[in-house]
Amino acid sequence: MDMVKLTIDGKEVLSQMNNTILQAAQGAGIKIPTLCYHERLNPIGSCRLCVVEIEGYDNPVTSCTTPVAEGISVKTNSDRLFRMRQEVLKLLLVNHPLDCPICDKAGVCALQDLVFEYKVTNAEYLAPKKKQDSLYATSLIRYWPDRCILCLRCVTACNEIKGVRALSVINEEGAQRLSVDQEKCVSCGECLQVCPTGALTENLSPIKGRSWNVKKVPTTCTYCGCGCQLELNVFDNQIVGVTCKDDAGINRGSLCVKGRFGYEFISNDQRLTKPLIKKNGVFHEAGWEEALTLVAEKFSKIRKENGSDAIGGLTSARCTNEDNYLFQKFMRGVIGTNNLDHCARL
Amino acid sequence: MTNPVKDILKSKVILVTGTNTTENHPIIANYIYEAVTKYGAKLIVVDPRKIKLVDICHLWLRPKIGTDVAWINGLMHVIIREALQAQPYIDERTTGFEELKQCVEKYSPSYVSKITGISAQDIEAAARLYASEHPASILYTMGITQHTSGTNNVKSLASLAMLCGNVGVEGGGVNPLRGQNNVQGACDMGGLPNVFSGYQPVTDEAVRQKFQKAWNIQSLSGKPGMTVTEMIPEAGNKIKALYIMGENPLLSDADLTHVEHLFTKLDFMVVQDIFFTETAKYADVVLPSACFAEKEGTFTNTERKVLRVRKALEAPGEAMEDYRIIAEIAKRMGFPMNYKTPSEIMDEINSVTPSYAGIQYDRLDKEGSLTWPCPTKDHPGTPILHISQFSRGKGLFSPIEYQPSAEVTDPEYPFILTTGRVHAHYHTGTMTRKGNALNRICSEAIAELNENDAATLQITDGSYVNITSRRGRVKMKVSVADTVDKGVIFLPFHFAESAANKLTNTALDPISKIPEFKVCAVHVERA
Repeated sequence: MDMVKLTIDGKEVLSQMNNTILQAAQGAGIKIPTLCYHERLNPIGSCRLCVVEIEGYDNPVTSCTTPVAEGISVKTNSDRLFRMRQEVLKLLLVNHPLDCPICDKAGVCALQDLVFEYKVTNAEYLAPKKKQDSLYATSLIRYWPDRCILCLRCVTACNEIKGVRALSVINEEGAQRLSVDQEKCVSCGECLQVCPTGALTENLSPIKGRSWNVKKVPTTCTYCGCGCQLELNVFDNQIVGVTCKDDAGINRGSLCVKGRFGYEFISNDQRLTKPLIKKNGVFHEAGWEEALTLVAEKFSKIRKENGSDAIGGLTSARCTNEDNYLFQKFMRGVIGTNNLDHCARL
Repeated sequence: MTNPVKDILKSKVILVTGTNTTENHPIIANYIYEAVTKYGAKLIVVDPRKIKLVDICHLWLRPKIGTDVAWINGLMHVIIREALQAQPYIDERTTGFEELKQCVEKYSPSYVSKITGISAQDIEAAARLYASEHPASILYTMGITQHTSGTNNVKSLASLAMLCGNVGVEGGGVNPLRGQNNVQGACDMGGLPNVFSGYQPVTDEAVRQKFQKAWNIQSLSGKPGMTVTEMIPEAGNKIKALYIMGENPLLSDADLTHVEHLFTKLDFMVVQDIFFTETAKYADVVLPSACFAEKEGTFTNTERKVLRVRKALEAPGEAMEDYRIIAEIAKRMGFPMNYKTPSEIMDEINSVTPSYAGIQYDRLDKEGSLTWPCPTKDHPGTPILHISQFSRGKGLFSPIEYQPSAEVTDPEYPFILTTGRVHAHYHTGTMTRKGNALNRICSEAIAELNENDAATLQITDGSYVNITSRRGRVKMKVSVADTVDKGVIFLPFHFAESAANKLTNTALDPISKIPEFKVCAVHVERA
């Protein structure tokens, strides 16, 4: 790959020729603010926050769409750029309500962070307008049109990553807003994952811990064999959501409907909480000691009377390696049989 | 899988067969989509159902269900006839080419066309497309394996891949996409009747001695045990007791009515699960266990990648981790198992399982994942198998003849029933049908029927049908769709109230003992 040399903020940077200025800067550890740019997507160029100055050019350019060139000198920060970015943010706040106190995204919102960083203390372009209600985008995702900054990340992700093409922007009563094709949408939540604001929120968990109160536990998804890496968001010993790191695992931030929204079973009130023993055809709750002793006695008796091979064990593709290892050790070592299998065949 | 998922992005040609990847492995479908749209890979779909991937493929072949060996042989016939095979690779790395050549000789496109219903032109086009560019990967799942010819189907795919030099190369491979979070790990850990962890045979005296020493046991049985599909029919006969951990055979097995009856004949049955499943009803003791969010451990994904599972919550009530329950029972049978943490179990796994010997929790926490074989603590893992040579030395071409499915249609049962999953649900629905989210998207089983058949039977979209096989009957709502071919009905198997497996056939693949879930004969009528 051909490389070019350029200067960013006085620092000499070597970059691949097909990179954009933004990618070159990121590669060199130089931060340029962005809202619509997303690593996995082709440049969208809608938010204009990533503007930079190139020496010898009058007008700043968006760094996410401008390719690098040999010898150019780029400035990512100046009073002018600061003011331009401030303007962009102020314009966004004309429509975007400052309802951060009731927004799920508060604390992890890219817009909130940038407004703070660029010291936008009041929204000066307040236009009188009627508040739009939040809508169900799908049965699992809520869309808040007022909060949407129309960055098009969600539309682009739905097209480019999933190939589902369920999202588009439509004009309605003079305003633009997101529209979902219910026939096409598979509720994977890719749009949620890439939304930089609280315009798309998960519509499931009735209790939503604030982002800073939620413990995020990185783990592996429990559904298919992809092994997606996800974070269980825990609040008050309950899962209140599932999030993903953009760079973790084979899923790179993506999940399917089961991985992202299929967590309710964990706290379902039908979970088994006590051992049950059947007496005269009816199950009764029992203590662990009674249940375990009964199981041990029965297995011992059957083994003695009918031999080890009269007992069979089904281990589980749901359980961990450690559980499975111990199960085979139990069947082979304690019961004394190789009658052991699981549902790989089913 | 022989290759990691990300390799798909390096494939020039992707052959997808018997996997509805978009519904069942959505994240892997992302990779296929990216490979095709961004990197220009050619996609061949061979599937009796018109799956989503057909929308972006270059060539779609629709074989009659159960005719996989025939079309694969057909492709190989054309490749050899047109000398498109990777001869240097074949000469250097494989054995049995001449036998294969002889076997596929008669599978001319016109002959194969008669068996499979695929046109001769399409067979030739697919063969040329698959052989035209290198590397090519093959992805498959249960659409290939859940047949009485399942093992043969897989061997045939392996031959096709080797014929074009696609095994042991980046971007190639023969890649089964595994359907359950830790089905790979359950196999790796010896959850099988014939092998200890790491596929070490129980029949091997030296292996048994190693485990006897490690486990401090006088003697271990060297007689391979029964598979699930052999044990259950022996219930009440050879098998008197069953210990079932985290499985729900009463929805996942074939011919459920029969299974139900068999369970009542057991002297004793223990079910250890997170919910009171269909199977639990037949248990004598039900033990409550912790789910994945409530315990530490590891899963091994379809790429053979070992990944950490971490505890996020306390288990409800008195529910306990599975390993702890097993250890407590063992203790009461006079066999102490003292593990303070799952990490200590992994240490033991390391010590007796060469392929997992280098996989420790501290490494996983630091490196994210490790792909077995990983024989030592400084080994980086093995993402691609068979790189310089095959595990067995030379790659073996298996000449395989086509054989029809166990149950074929007749005037009484004129439809072919095939089963599978839908994207919002998982296996027996034990997890996905609890809670609102996924039920909002899909709350009931819906069968798929071709529009021509629907017209003949006067069935409208959204109405109900009775589906009857030699083993049972279920009533289900119907979607009239072009996803299935004429003469075929597709049923999802997640739903206990209309359990597809009441209909399915218990006929097994003779080697893998997998039931033929993908084919049986049924009668369909308006309900």
